[in-house]
Amino acid sequence: MSRAFYWLLPHPLLTLLLAVVWTLLQNEFSAGMMVFGVFLGIIIPWGTSVWWPDTPKGFRLGKMASYCVMVLWDIVVANVQVAWIVLSVPNSKLKPAWIVVPLELRQPEAITVLAGTITLTPGTVSADLSEHGNSLLVHVLHTDDPDAVRDDIISRYQNRLKEIFK
Amino acid sequence: MSGEIIGTYATAICLLIGSAFIIVGVIGLLKFNDPMTRLHAPTKVGTIGIGMLLLASMIHSFVLGDTSVHEILIMAFLFVTAPISAHFIAKVSIHTRTCATPPPPPRDDTWSTLSVPEQEVQAEN
Repeated sequence: MSRAFYWLLPHPLLTLLLAVVWTLLQNEFSAGMMVFGVFLGIIIPWGTSVWWPDTPKGFRLGKMASYCVMVLWDIVVANVQVAWIVLSVPNSKLKPAWIVVPLELRQPEAITVLAGTITLTPGTVSADLSEHGNSLLVHVLHTDDPDAVRDDIISRYQNRLKEIFK
Repeated sequence: MSGEIIGTYATAICLLIGSAFIIVGVIGLLKFNDPMTRLHAPTKVGTIGIGMLLLASMIHSFVLGDTSVHEILIMAFLFVTAPISAHFIAKVSIHTRTCATPPPPPRDDTWSTLSVPEQEVQAEN
């Protein structure tokens, strides 16, 4: 039963996402278009599953939702801080720094979400991944204490993502 | 005060906040003198600046009576694509060595952008 399910729906969450995006693209709700969205959501992951064999298992949707809300709040707070840095700190006093975040996440999807989160929160940009994916290089715009920024990323984002991608 | 007036004011406030953040982003882009610090300005514009403009658009269409949800999709696609372009710009500036050299990673040999396959090293020698 489970095998038949994963044969038809190799990525169940992608199916859901495609159906929702298709329905939103119509800009007005109609049952016919929703059925077509579900149809697309089944056919596209099924047709492309050859190139994406590893479905991330044990993804927790509820925790991901609360993570998204937290990240949105962080984006707003950090935006104001960075706007203040841009307007008030002269170039000569700016202290940009490289920091290295040791990665404990192993799935590519989880690392992508972490890197995306780091870039979206202003003040930090994820720049590079080490050769075998064990550390993440992050550039910080202005900081007095690079280690604190690193510990903040680990405790705030990476530990939560570890729980989301079990 | 009718709903329409409140909606108009809300739209105007959202537009003002969004434009203010975009101006700050542009000032940052012009002011900083290093490619890596410059990169921080557009990521800011891409998030809250555009976000507030899209929110204004949503409130406006809601007040006029035809609800529009395309803005949520624009926001979602922007959030997915913006980090990737920023990542590639960062990779280019590491590759061309136009920024300060990053510290070596603790557990691997080097960063993936700086790692050169062995065949190419031999060809250069």
